[in-house]
Amino acid sequence: MKLSCRLRGEVYQFDSVKEVLAKASEEKSGDKMSGIGAKSSLERMAAKYVLSELQLRDIYENPIIPYETDEVTKLIYDGLSEPIYNEISNWTVGELREYILSHKTNGTHLKRLSRGLTSEMISGVAKLMSSIDLVLASQKMKHQAHCNTTIGEPGRLAFRCQPNHPIDNPDGILASMKEGLSYGSGDAVIGINPNNEAVESVHKLLSMSHEFIEKWEIPTQNCVLAHITTQMKALQQGAPVALMFQSLAGTKAANDDFGVSKEILDEAYELMRVKGTSAGPNFFYFETGQGSEVSLDAHLGVDMQTLESRTYGYARHWHPFMVNNVSGFIGPETLYDGKQMIRCDLEDLFMGKLHNLPMGIAPTYTNHMNADQNDQEIAGMLTTVAGANFYMGVPGGDDVMLSYQDTSYHDDASLREMLGLRPLAEFEKWMEKMGLMEDGRLTDAAGDLSIFD
Amino acid sequence: MDIEQIVKEVMKELEQNNTSTTQRPKTSTNADKTFDYTSEKKVTVDAPKNKETIESAQEITPARIGIGRTGTRMKTKNYLDFRVDHAAAQDAVFKDVDDSVLEEMDLPILKSRAANMEEYLMNLDSGRKLDEASAKWLKENGTKGKQVQIIVSDGLSSTGVEHTIPDLLPALRQGLEGKGISMGKPVFIRKSRVWIQDEVASIVDCDLVISLIGERPGLATSRSISAYLIYRPDESSVEADRTVFSNIHDGGVPPVEAGAYLADVIEEMLEHRVSGVKFSQLK
Repeated sequence: MKLSCRLRGEVYQFDSVKEVLAKASEEKSGDKMSGIGAKSSLERMAAKYVLSELQLRDIYENPIIPYETDEVTKLIYDGLSEPIYNEISNWTVGELREYILSHKTNGTHLKRLSRGLTSEMISGVAKLMSSIDLVLASQKMKHQAHCNTTIGEPGRLAFRCQPNHPIDNPDGILASMKEGLSYGSGDAVIGINPNNEAVESVHKLLSMSHEFIEKWEIPTQNCVLAHITTQMKALQQGAPVALMFQSLAGTKAANDDFGVSKEILDEAYELMRVKGTSAGPNFFYFETGQGSEVSLDAHLGVDMQTLESRTYGYARHWHPFMVNNVSGFIGPETLYDGKQMIRCDLEDLFMGKLHNLPMGIAPTYTNHMNADQNDQEIAGMLTTVAGANFYMGVPGGDDVMLSYQDTSYHDDASLREMLGLRPLAEFEKWMEKMGLMEDGRLTDAAGDLSIFD
Repeated sequence: MDIEQIVKEVMKELEQNNTSTTQRPKTSTNADKTFDYTSEKKVTVDAPKNKETIESAQEITPARIGIGRTGTRMKTKNYLDFRVDHAAAQDAVFKDVDDSVLEEMDLPILKSRAANMEEYLMNLDSGRKLDEASAKWLKENGTKGKQVQIIVSDGLSSTGVEHTIPDLLPALRQGLEGKGISMGKPVFIRKSRVWIQDEVASIVDCDLVISLIGERPGLATSRSISAYLIYRPDESSVEADRTVFSNIHDGGVPPVEAGAYLADVIEEMLEHRVSGVKFSQLK
């Protein structure tokens, strides 16, 4: 599909919808590295203008990665509602933006609309939106899911307690876990990243966290973030798994690199249904983030944002309990600085929500990237205003196993307090029972891990 | 009272204030102060139920726990500790490994195609291929047809190579020798990434290649090394074909222990002719 645009005396030519989408993206170092980003600011604007005038059917009829060869494209197209798509197929992407932002459009409308949108359309409309657009639109959508707790209820904000240890010392993990819980972090999940991915070791961590949850009657779920096949093996051997984790990407090629496929995910879902310890029906915890396809050299010439959107199109097939966006985790070759990271967090939260997914955000940065604590806190505050379901909770914000910075137990409590948000309902009752919270505020006992003595 | 009188009284009052010494700002004549920054761990939780519990917890994990709070925020010293560690980590990324350390370990120094740190960070491919001279050197001087080739890479932490490799490398070599596993001469590749192992393997024609690479520095340590292992890589190799062991440093898996462990793993991989996810599924 040849597309062109006359702008300020220049003619800009684009060979495909794929090229328009890539060049209409805000500047990101990963797109630059793959040589697909706009070469100038005006070329970026020409692409945005073309995109705004494209009809949704143009995007639908020109898949950026062929249906026949890519499992992600196939799942996105197969999952679409034909009647809803037919109603909107002659809208332009610009009209779609205005529909989303209109006072007449509410969350229920968007929930229905979502079923007629491909991931590429969702990425496209996000490229026509500013930061405030993205926040306002995201606020309209709030999606709930249930594992043992219900995530995503209005007025509530949840956290994953992330008590990692560089060599999986169980007592060290337990100490961080206790401290996190005392700050009110852990209602989304107690999720441990294992350093040792051996099945026995993963099994041990699952049993340990499960026993602690049982002993203290904590309304939450446990998860050990090993490769999905390792968790499945542990589950088959009788390990108590409440939530099953996997990282996903937006192309079949990248998912192959991750060692994951529809077949494996289907099998894992079925296994959780039969052997998992939680109520469900939402058994999965997915992690995503712009840039993984670029760092795996599996991007197929598609821009990072569109690939991220496709990841959500893939993820929604399994009705996850949590989808966590970890843009910023990889490094400067994909996101150069705090500005790019903040923009990504806003785009991804919006795109995930428009896929009807229960989204959380991990505003993160690494030490070889041009970003610091101030950028991260700004991203955290903005996405909380935009209505993310959850954040990570890392002791002091410093993950001593994965070597990057994420939101801390302190940040978790702060984000709740500054917007008057409460923990998940059951968990709040538990905190009150433990003397950790009163009227939605931490008590003096909070932050003291020795209360569990 | 007329205006004039009011002004007079105000002026008088001002004058009195000016002459009163107690109202003057104090100025110090000895303004020099030196502060020694220390970063030892302390329990800074206000009125904990059991301080000893927190103290022993701080001993078994490098995680920032037991630090307490003011409102929902960190106390000042803990916040500054965090920022100091971040500053140190950022500095570690941009420093090169000292040549003398490499000479001491008798490691030939090869180079990737990345001309500088900026290129290395922003263009992944540049770190995944040997530069021409290094490829030529390896073709002429590399040991061919052995079972194992060891690569040391600076990756994102020069301090990791300087502090951890001198213990890790001999332990690994000794472990392999003890098992009668043959190996080519280890090489160091400046500004290289994991995938460079695929090219090296094809040049020296080994069964298995192991990369010991400096991890991106964290706040807790900037000395950490990861080991990536792959059996017979080729063009179709993907991430899932690689096995990784991370956090090798004094505060994580001790280097000597890691060397012995890696030798055991290599023996198993050579026996089963497989690595990565397929290897872990075997177990």
